[in-house]
Amino acid sequence: MMLTFVAMKTETAQPPHNNGIKAELSSIESAVLTDYKYGFVTDIEADSAPKGLNEDIVRFISAKKNEPEWMLEWRLKAYRHWLKMEEPKWANIKYPPINYQDIIYYSAPKQKINPKNLDEIDPELRRTFEKLGISLDEQKRLSGVAVDAVIDSVSIGTSFKEQLAELGIIFCSMSEAVQEHPELIKKYLSSVVPITDNYFAALNSAVFSDGSFCYIPKGVRCPMELSTYFRINAENTGQFERTLIVAEEGSYVSYLEGCTAPMRDENQLHAAVVELITMDNAEIKYSTVQNWYPGDKEGKGGIYNFVTKRGICKGYNSKISWTQVETGSSITWKYPSVILKGDNSVGEFYSVAVTNNHQQADTGTKMQHLGKNTKSRIVSKGISAGVSNNSYRGLVHVGKNARNARNFSQCDSLLLGDRCGAHTFPYIEVKNKSAIVEHEATTSKIGEDQIFYCNQRGIDTETAVALIVNGFAKEVMNQLPMEFAVEAQKLLAISLEGSVG
Amino acid sequence: MLKIQNLHANVEGKQILKGINLEIKAGEVHAIMGPNGSGKSTLASVLAGRKEYEVTEGTVEFLGRDLLDLDPEERAGEGLFLAFQYPVEIPGLSTTNFIKTAVNEIRKYRGQESLDAVAFLKMMKEKMALMNIDQSLLSRPLNEGFSGGEKKRNEIFQMAMLQPKLAILDETDSGLDIDAIRIVANGVNKLHTKENAVLVVTHYQRLLDYIIPDFVHVLYNGRIVKSGTKELALELEEKGYDFIKNEIDVEEQV
Ligand SMILES: Nc1ncnc2c1ncn2[C@@H]1O[C@H](COP(=O)(O)OP(=O)(O)O)[C@@H](O)[C@H]1O
Ligand SMILES: [Mg+2]
Repeated sequence: MMLTFVAMKTETAQPPHNNGIKAELSSIESAVLTDYKYGFVTDIEADSAPKGLNEDIVRFISAKKNEPEWMLEWRLKAYRHWLKMEEPKWANIKYPPINYQDIIYYSAPKQKINPKNLDEIDPELRRTFEKLGISLDEQKRLSGVAVDAVIDSVSIGTSFKEQLAELGIIFCSMSEAVQEHPELIKKYLSSVVPITDNYFAALNSAVFSDGSFCYIPKGVRCPMELSTYFRINAENTGQFERTLIVAEEGSYVSYLEGCTAPMRDENQLHAAVVELITMDNAEIKYSTVQNWYPGDKEGKGGIYNFVTKRGICKGYNSKISWTQVETGSSITWKYPSVILKGDNSVGEFYSVAVTNNHQQADTGTKMQHLGKNTKSRIVSKGISAGVSNNSYRGLVHVGKNARNARNFSQCDSLLLGDRCGAHTFPYIEVKNKSAIVEHEATTSKIGEDQIFYCNQRGIDTETAVALIVNGFAKEVMNQLPMEFAVEAQKLLAISLEGSVG
Repeated sequence: MLKIQNLHANVEGKQILKGINLEIKAGEVHAIMGPNGSGKSTLASVLAGRKEYEVTEGTVEFLGRDLLDLDPEERAGEGLFLAFQYPVEIPGLSTTNFIKTAVNEIRKYRGQESLDAVAFLKMMKEKMALMNIDQSLLSRPLNEGFSGGEKKRNEIFQMAMLQPKLAILDETDSGLDIDAIRIVANGVNKLHTKENAVLVVTHYQRLLDYIIPDFVHVLYNGRIVKSGTKELALELEEKGYDFIKNEIDVEEQV
């Protein structure tokens, strides 16, 4: 049976002018509004699937995207497997059961999908992205950053495409990649994160709607930052995107993703899958600035961010580096990992995770040393405030053939106040005696004397906290591409507003 | 400039300051001396507005305003500076970045435009030359791993950058060798003008060989028990604090 889709307005409020809406919001919402400046809803028409999940929905999504038969089969296989799986319960997070039949799995802004020209993008959508600080106009954009923007389920435009194409670089939406580069997608999609990998990865495989695909050919150094902005707009909608990056021999790319969502009372699910592949001497640097709506001060609403990110250093001397600044989401569950298969390959994980109010984060990494002389480095900085809970969970595995593997892990926690929690769960499995694995951990509190010292120099408490926190997180922030470091610093400050004093 | 009247203060329910009276005018240098535990740092902290110290009685007027009514950062904005006895470390925060934030926050308080990077660097260079301080110190995280002497010099450098109207130096000489004392004192002297004032808190008189005070006060058991000119400092040095203690204890018995 083919489903009919409904065209519906996603929202009735008139949000675009911040000052205008403020008056109509309850006092709690306005209080939060100052904290979360991306909380507006865009009034655009959307095509949506009805709520709920079954095989017909999977077929509907596939048909919407005009997918070839093999892709549909791949999705159905994932869906059928997902039905047999159970939600993981081992993370240090608590939330009420998710009703998977109460989610809309597909919502697209009702505009021509995949505009050939960026000028064809709906002006309302364009304004949304401008409000987020992202200009889709090539001439106006940050120089040197190519952007793909995904709203709800669909990518709405990729810029700089032609310049990149001249170098043989493919940077496009996942939907387009399925159409235009099926051989690459068949070869690499789910080659790092199998569709059966875990509950949320299987769900994603069944219903994923878009995301970015990026292919860097042999010997090419991508001359600009590639980035994707994800935005959840529609109500009751889950966002399930997939990102796949392949770096051929001797190539390099730096990629950044940013995420925001409107403020809503109900929780929304975000279950993404990201796969990275590096061949001999190739390097991928993947940075995330995650600022999904964290819920209000009472813990109502917010995004469940259940994400599977994994990279494989397939080639000799290749490198994958994850950097993440996680400030948003009511719950974060993610462990960007690296499989160090190629000899002499290097994996890195740099993370700042901030939790405030009722937020919960269980995040970390998995470094799997399989090749010889492989190295990994983990730097995790957890910052907890309010009544939040922040856990680092990491696994360093050294396989029996991984001679001379090296790992260094540093996990630091900073507490603001005494009602929040910080936890560290480091797991180490070593099957080869030549390995050297080092782990250091510290927990500290922002001291009254540090704040007073700043106050005495004319710096108010909120600014003082921002300075102290940014100092604490500096080693990770330094890993971010320059263009985004300043933004990320501000984000840290904003997400901790009102947490001290 | 500063007028303290009958100031009483508690910390953790214990009375430490028991009626301080002190007046400082623009252009003056005052020294407060006294044995350990007499309340010198407490006085400095109360003036700077530290929360743990509760004022139970008395008034403090600073440049015509009720100082006790202001938040610590507002006091800094009004021109009050405290060089800490124990400057804190803030890991990862570059000293330069910290000072730039402080300079611009104070400018904001005063309704002035914030300095851009170029103007700020120019000012830094000037003051670095004046204070004889090295660039490398300022690019390190604030006070992290600094030696005692480096911390104190960094305090005085911040004083140079913030140009306060009243600077309180709390035991800026403690832990310094004689060369370091001379450098720090030199810096303070260079910054001293007719428009500003300095309150030097010290246990020993040796700092006062370099920063010459107009007035010396002896703080004992939460009160100023004796005031005089710089000769008083020498007398204390010679006779020790016991001579004051005895005098006071005898008086109190009478
Ligand atoms: N934060 C505090 N908590 C408890 N007692 C304090 C505190 N600060 C100072 N005191 C007490 O107050 C008295 C005066 O201390 P302080 O002002 O540091 O003296 P000084 O600087 O003259 O050596 C001492 O008895 C000290 O123990
Ligand atoms: Mg003292």
